[in-house]
Amino acid sequence: MSRPEIGRQEEFRLLVEQHTRALFGLAWRMTGNQQDAEEIVQETFLRAYRSFDRFDGRAQPGTWLHRIAVNCALDLLRARRHDAGRVELEAAGSDASGAVPTSDTAPGPDRLLLSAEIQRRLTAALGRLSFTERAAFVLRHHQGCPIEEISRELGMSENAAKNCVFRAVQKLREALQPLV
Amino acid sequence: MHISEEQLVLYRYGEAKDAAAIGEHLAACAACRAAYQSLERVLAAVDQMPAPDPGENYAAAVWQRLQPRLQQCRPARRDEGAVRSLTLAALFPWRRLALAAAMAALIVAAFLVGRFWPRPQTVARQPLPEQVRERILLVALGEHLERSQMILIELANANPGPQLDVSSERRWAADLVGDNRLYRQAAARAGDPAITAVLDDLERVLLEIAHSPSTLSEGELERIQRRIESGDILFKLRVVESKVRRQEEKPNGL
Repeated sequence: MSRPEIGRQEEFRLLVEQHTRALFGLAWRMTGNQQDAEEIVQETFLRAYRSFDRFDGRAQPGTWLHRIAVNCALDLLRARRHDAGRVELEAAGSDASGAVPTSDTAPGPDRLLLSAEIQRRLTAALGRLSFTERAAFVLRHHQGCPIEEISRELGMSENAAKNCVFRAVQKLREALQPLV
Repeated sequence: MHISEEQLVLYRYGEAKDAAAIGEHLAACAACRAAYQSLERVLAAVDQMPAPDPGENYAAAVWQRLQPRLQQCRPARRDEGAVRSLTLAALFPWRRLALAAAMAALIVAAFLVGRFWPRPQTVARQPLPEQVRERILLVALGEHLERSQMILIELANANPGPQLDVSSERRWAADLVGDNRLYRQAAARAGDPAITAVLDDLERVLLEIAHSPSTLSEGELERIQRRIESGDILFKLRVVESKVRRQEEKPNGL
């Protein structure tokens, strides 16, 4: 390995150390699946390294990496959409309209119980979102992308992107309706 | 008249066109205010959802898996001049590319000749067995798909700027268009509509790149990036490539 190559890799290693966890969080929100999230993180860094020398520092490294990670996640979600029709969550499978567990099965303070139930319902509701609803919601809510940008990312009209975000929020709201 | 749920969501995200009017209405209307506060609570609950903890040493583990692969995907070099350049040559040295292109064209020709043209009854040399020809075609097609993906990935991930030199990418795309046409025709004749459709989509994108100016403005790059992203083309290519690679690994090929 040449000296410039060693230097480049060392520089890149710092980026990996600084941003891996944030990228994992984003990837997990996009996919709801830990294994997929890890795959996306790996692929993101590989793609980033290919264009590392051209990264000119005008954007923050975190923003640059997030953008690549979003593309990787969209590729994977599209693959999942084609494979299975919808994103499956590891923890999904419970019905959001199901009864709240009683304190007999989940002992602890009421507040913790409520918080756990909210998370369970949200996880299930997110798992039931379509590929486009989930992607649009994560891009809007967690990434702060404007609707116009989301419509470009997902290859749809702005109205369709708006509807996706709205439907996603509506489903999450319905899932939590009695609790919040 | 109350504010619709959709308007509240858009307002929450700063996307409502009549934000000032909605704000005034929320200040005056208790019912809408309650609905908005309920929305805020739902979204706050979403914010509180923790991502799973990948472990304390996750970054180190990622780096360990990543580092051996970095050698295989060395970055393109940065141009020091005012005009930035996407140098695919760093990823595909010209010798390898030229050889691959020549081989691909030769193989396709051989495949088409072997498959569709009548063979003479007496030949001086034994022709390649069908399975061998098809296996060679699969390898060449896999290479073609990989090269095409590399160009698209480069452009899809390029940082927009005032001037981006894509003259190399234009040349590669123009070269790939010819090969792609042959593969597409071969796939169509072989009765594989799925691969034909993907190659057809790819050809359109390659043509757009080949016919683009050699220096792209920010808007032009974004148009190409949208074209690449909106057609799912990278995903489709990856699916076809993995299908082709799987076929390559089978003992009997196609």
